[in-house]
Amino acid sequence: MAIVQLTISALPAHVRTARLMATAVARRAGVSESTLDEIRLAVGEACSRAVEAHRTHCPEEPIRLELIDSSSPTGPGGSAGPDRVNGSGSDRFEVVVSDRAPAKENGSPLVNGFESGAPAYLGESVSAGGFTGLSPDVGLAVIMGLADEVSIEPSENGTVVRMSWPLSKVGAEDSDPRGLD
Amino acid sequence: MDLKLDHHTQDDTEIVVVEGEIDVYTAPRLRELLIDLVNKGNYHLVVNMEKVEFLDSTGLGVLVGGLKRVRAHDGTLDLVCTQERILKIFRITGLTKVFGIYESVQEAIDKRKSKQS
Repeated sequence: MAIVQLTISALPAHVRTARLMATAVARRAGVSESTLDEIRLAVGEACSRAVEAHRTHCPEEPIRLELIDSSSPTGPGGSAGPDRVNGSGSDRFEVVVSDRAPAKENGSPLVNGFESGAPAYLGESVSAGGFTGLSPDVGLAVIMGLADEVSIEPSENGTVVRMSWPLSKVGAEDSDPRGLD
Repeated sequence: MDLKLDHHTQDDTEIVVVEGEIDVYTAPRLRELLIDLVNKGNYHLVVNMEKVEFLDSTGLGVLVGGLKRVRAHDGTLDLVCTQERILKIFRITGLTKVFGIYESVQEAIDKRKSKQS
């Protein structure tokens, strides 16, 4: 298992840096080209949500990203996420975005209840000083639509968003091994 | 790449040409442009996204905000986009049913005029 860690200040400009880093590490891990676009967008959504939350609650605190290539034959290590589904922890590319902004406890059911493709924007209204015009949960809905496996763990100490995708050699045995050591 | 914005008038429609990445960092510039155009009386907008390389939900929010503003004046905001990777986020969020999405600027203008006639 190989890990790249990245810590960014809660600044919108650094979201692009996080996207570029995640895409580069995923490409090197052997993620297929079509999946790279999904990772780029999902990481951007997770970091944008975290940056917005930090700017509201704790602008001085950093946001942490972990980019995990679990393709090693030694299997998943002790740092694997607690809510991994189906035990499919090996041969995956996982991104963990951890923020320190206190999460609303009542946000959890909404997050977990989202369905891919749901028109999450319905009923929204643009607040006077609002920036996006969409519910902040739309970003999470997009992540859930993009990632192969998602776990969102909100707490008083922050939210941890875990997203993972299979590596190419799992889904396509005859894929080009470029980028693999 | 950063965000490049341009706009021009074609027929009675204001065409906004967007190039680059629309994310939490760059989206405010697009938002300001759309607000400015509407404030100047441009209520029929077409946003050409053929050269957009990245779009996230923040960018979607800006487009939805623009749509709400022009609709307040019985206007329209249509999109030109044929890139599958950009269209994907519209599909995931269900926004393909909210925006008119066309393959060319001329098609967007023609469709709007045919609906109004």
